[in-house]
Amino acid sequence: MAHEQGTVVKADLVDHVYERVGFTRSEALNAVEVILEEIKTALGRGENVRIVGFASFNLRHKNARRARNPKTGEPITIQPRTVLTFKPSRHLLEATNRSPHESDHTG
Amino acid sequence: MTKAELVEKVSQQINLTKKQTEVVVNTVFQSITESLAQGKKVELRGFGSFRVRSRNARVGRNPKSGARVEVPAKKVPFFQAGKELRELVDGNEFDEEIEMEMD
Repeated sequence: MAHEQGTVVKADLVDHVYERVGFTRSEALNAVEVILEEIKTALGRGENVRIVGFASFNLRHKNARRARNPKTGEPITIQPRTVLTFKPSRHLLEATNRSPHESDHTG
Repeated sequence: MTKAELVEKVSQQINLTKKQTEVVVNTVFQSITESLAQGKKVELRGFGSFRVRSRNARVGRNPKSGARVEVPAKKVPFFQAGKELRELVDGNEFDEEIEMEMD
């Protein structure tokens, strides 16, 4: 975990899987890759992905609309597109708000 | 796709039982959750990044009664899809033809 402090990358997730599941590192790496790949594939097919206890990844279709370039005032058309939205589960929200190491409570 | 469906697909590819695969899948999401809870960001190349944003406390209103309510400060996890994933997702056309062209 010789990465920039405060940033977790794929290799760190692989290490966690390796430590907790008893895989070899290459099995752990493969498992992490396959998981991410399957989520991407489902989203690519147009399916929402809902991981109970974590979050949902939802696709939202946006219609074309007219807008203006805020700098030049020039009218432009924004193409219809599909964007990904992320909705954290209650469990995830609770985890990020437990703040055990934070010193920002009053007093 | 639900978590159970994800587990099923992954188990077929890594040749583990569904039960074993579920442990792996849970470990991955638990690990992301713990990292975010510690205030770390999680960057997964080819997928996207997870971060936590702080929202200040504010005074909101109950939309029904109009009563003022204190909304406490909170930390909201969010996800930004990587370029590859954004483009992949935008390739779905939802049975609609996109025939507008630029220029």
